[in-house]
Amino acid sequence: MTITLAFLALLMAAFAGWLVRQSVGVQPWIADSQIAALPPQQVSLTASPVGLAVFLAVVTSVFGLTISAYVMRMAAAPEWDFLPQPPLLWINGALLVLASLALQTAWSAARQANAQRFAQSLGFGAACTVAFIAGQVLLWRELSGAGYSMARYVGSAFFVLMGALHALHMLGGLYALLRVVLRLQRGVALPQVREAVGLCAIYWHYLLLVWAVLFTVLFVGAEPLYAWCRS
Amino acid sequence: MAHSIYDAVSTAPPAEGPEMELPPHAHSFIGKYVFCQDAKVIAIQYAITATAIGLVALALSIVMRLQLGFPDSFSLIDPSNYLQAVSMHGMIMVVYLLTALFLGGFGNYLIPLMVGARDMVFPWLNMMSFWIYLLAVLVLVASFFAPGGPTGGGWTLYPPQVVSPGTPGVGGGIILMLVSLGLFIIGFTMGGLNYVVTVLQARTRGMTLMRMPLTVWGIFMATVLALLAFPALFVAALMMLLDHTIGTSFFLPSMLNLGEQSEHSGGSPLLFQHLFWFFGHPEVYIVALPAFGIVSDLIATHARRNIFGYRMMVWAIIAIGALSFVVWAHHMYVSGMNPYFGFLFATTTLIIAVPTAIKVYNWVLTLWRGNIRLTVPMLFAIGFIFTFVNGGLTGLFLGNVTVDVPLSDTYFVVAHFHMVMAVAPIMVIFGAIYHWYPKITGRMFNETAGKIHFWMTFLGTYAIYYPMHYIGFEGVPRRYYAYGETAFISDSVQTLNAFITIAAIVVAVTQILFIFNLVWSWLYGDEADPNPWKATTLEWQTPHNPPQHGNFGPELPVVYRWPYDYSVPGAKDDFIPQNVPPEQVEMLPGYAPAAKS
Repeated sequence: MTITLAFLALLMAAFAGWLVRQSVGVQPWIADSQIAALPPQQVSLTASPVGLAVFLAVVTSVFGLTISAYVMRMAAAPEWDFLPQPPLLWINGALLVLASLALQTAWSAARQANAQRFAQSLGFGAACTVAFIAGQVLLWRELSGAGYSMARYVGSAFFVLMGALHALHMLGGLYALLRVVLRLQRGVALPQVREAVGLCAIYWHYLLLVWAVLFTVLFVGAEPLYAWCRS
Repeated sequence: MAHSIYDAVSTAPPAEGPEMELPPHAHSFIGKYVFCQDAKVIAIQYAITATAIGLVALALSIVMRLQLGFPDSFSLIDPSNYLQAVSMHGMIMVVYLLTALFLGGFGNYLIPLMVGARDMVFPWLNMMSFWIYLLAVLVLVASFFAPGGPTGGGWTLYPPQVVSPGTPGVGGGIILMLVSLGLFIIGFTMGGLNYVVTVLQARTRGMTLMRMPLTVWGIFMATVLALLAFPALFVAALMMLLDHTIGTSFFLPSMLNLGEQSEHSGGSPLLFQHLFWFFGHPEVYIVALPAFGIVSDLIATHARRNIFGYRMMVWAIIAIGALSFVVWAHHMYVSGMNPYFGFLFATTTLIIAVPTAIKVYNWVLTLWRGNIRLTVPMLFAIGFIFTFVNGGLTGLFLGNVTVDVPLSDTYFVVAHFHMVMAVAPIMVIFGAIYHWYPKITGRMFNETAGKIHFWMTFLGTYAIYYPMHYIGFEGVPRRYYAYGETAFISDSVQTLNAFITIAAIVVAVTQILFIFNLVWSWLYGDEADPNPWKATTLEWQTPHNPPQHGNFGPELPVVYRWPYDYSVPGAKDDFIPQNVPPEQVEMLPGYAPAAKS
């Protein structure tokens, strides 16, 4: 649970720090007569980015706890069968990087109102994402075919669990992207979906980061991680 | 324009966001009351669903008590039924009633109204939250009709027992339970995002963080906890589902089941316990923090006093929330953990008692020399303080490893957690329902029936749980269908059990009076004053009673003060609503309005 606790500690520290700034020196019992007369200031964030930030904290909690469970399960196992690293694993990773880059390009194109580049990059990003999800399914089948079944190898079971959770989050992202496309088809101007595309891009980058961590703990870094757990 | 303040310093210029796009107000019955995106309707939908499933759990508790009080008298109750009643009662009460009612019910109704927003910031997501919750409840109910019935492995769902042959509900029951929990968490996440973002982004002009009612603070922090803690249950449920259906070995070790070698190997049942309690202990505060917040507002309003130590109360909520993540293993002292580990968790458990005690002291100090009105909500609020202190003190016993080990799995634990986590929050729920009933329905409830409901419930629950502590001291273990001739259990235990059962039946029947009062008053009750308790918070200042779509008419209110301006020296009235500017406050001769210049 150390991993999850570290994340929560950081989160709570940030929250407490923010709250200190908001509350120290404030005397809530004193009424204020000026508030109605003060000129308004524009907010720096709307509800959607704040909603995404909160959701990403939930996503981090989900994957943090899954990784904590993985580490604890490793620590309890006297021996561990490490998963192989077939080429498809690397291809899938590359596809996700491309998807993330494409979404970043789409965001940039939306800011510049470049409709053609926006459509191309958005389509390419969505295609790479679909290919990534399909690739993950193929990877699971390949591992199963090679004898790394979920029932026999707990490492494989964790890959399927974490991979499926990650893929479900990617599908959620694709749904959000589809809503952007539908809005455009209804005649909404490109600059008006700029924020939504930006949030999708941030979400993709975040899920790329999550996959990088999962990729490390499940595959390339599993051996040293196991040695650390058992020590 | 909708307003959103980012700086809590009251003189900071207010920041403004664009007007939120309210979904159009439906006029058809389906649009208005079924697929509705208005948080107030969603709140009522949540409340009715939670109450309905809660009544099922109440009936299950009577099944248990009948068996314990009068063993072998009811042929319909067999050991399997008994264990299924125990398991389903616990899970329904904790998750599907208390969590859903506090956050989905009160959260939805009160957050937008109390912070001065027109609605939740993501109304469609909010509506989906309810429908997925309803689906979760239906899946849970379906488990009663599954072959073999619902799970009987205890509400904590500990593996390997819960999925091992011989345990009731090992077929479809446990699968439906796990699926239902997964759905509940997905639905809750949708609602929780709304509660948090609405508090952060949709507060009206002048509603700084330090002017928010403690009800909002409690619900806000509880939602943060739930958003971060429920994933542990989600992950655990998913892993157990895979263990049970596909044959993975996350939690299940190699076992002999009825003489046959299981297909599992190497799984760690302790891993499940860690995940479960990493959710389970914050869950206590997911229920408690909204109760703390609500009871603070009830006490201040009905004692006509400003809450004692508002800033301390806010920080106590934050501290309890943060600390609740580092106490989970005190539920696992008997799991064979390293003694140093136990010492660490005993220490954190005792530390969390400090901010909790601060809150209790502050409630009592708020009451001190207050102009106390013993209204029905106030009676329940005071009842809460008694039951919470009682349950909290026995928690200090159980937080210590050396005391917990002999008491673990006895009725002392059952009495403790029912006092602190069942009776105490339910007191607040009753108090809150009576308090906001005139706002929600526009009608007044019958006060006499309300007072009878309070006294029967308060004294009745004490009659149930107070003797239960003694049964626990004698070492009587819980979860047993029957004790038969057991040497260390004295005969008087059976007498006490019969007494407890009668008290439980009386309390359960009393709830019929409560529901009858709510329904009858809604239909025939007197029309309520828009602000019958003379309260200060924004929900009582709406132009319509009950509030209509959009809550506040054409203009959102502007907030000039905190929500606890009761009995302000020199003011003509003993309350000043949050949206009244200082220059409009009627003062007694010789007094000038107190305002920041």
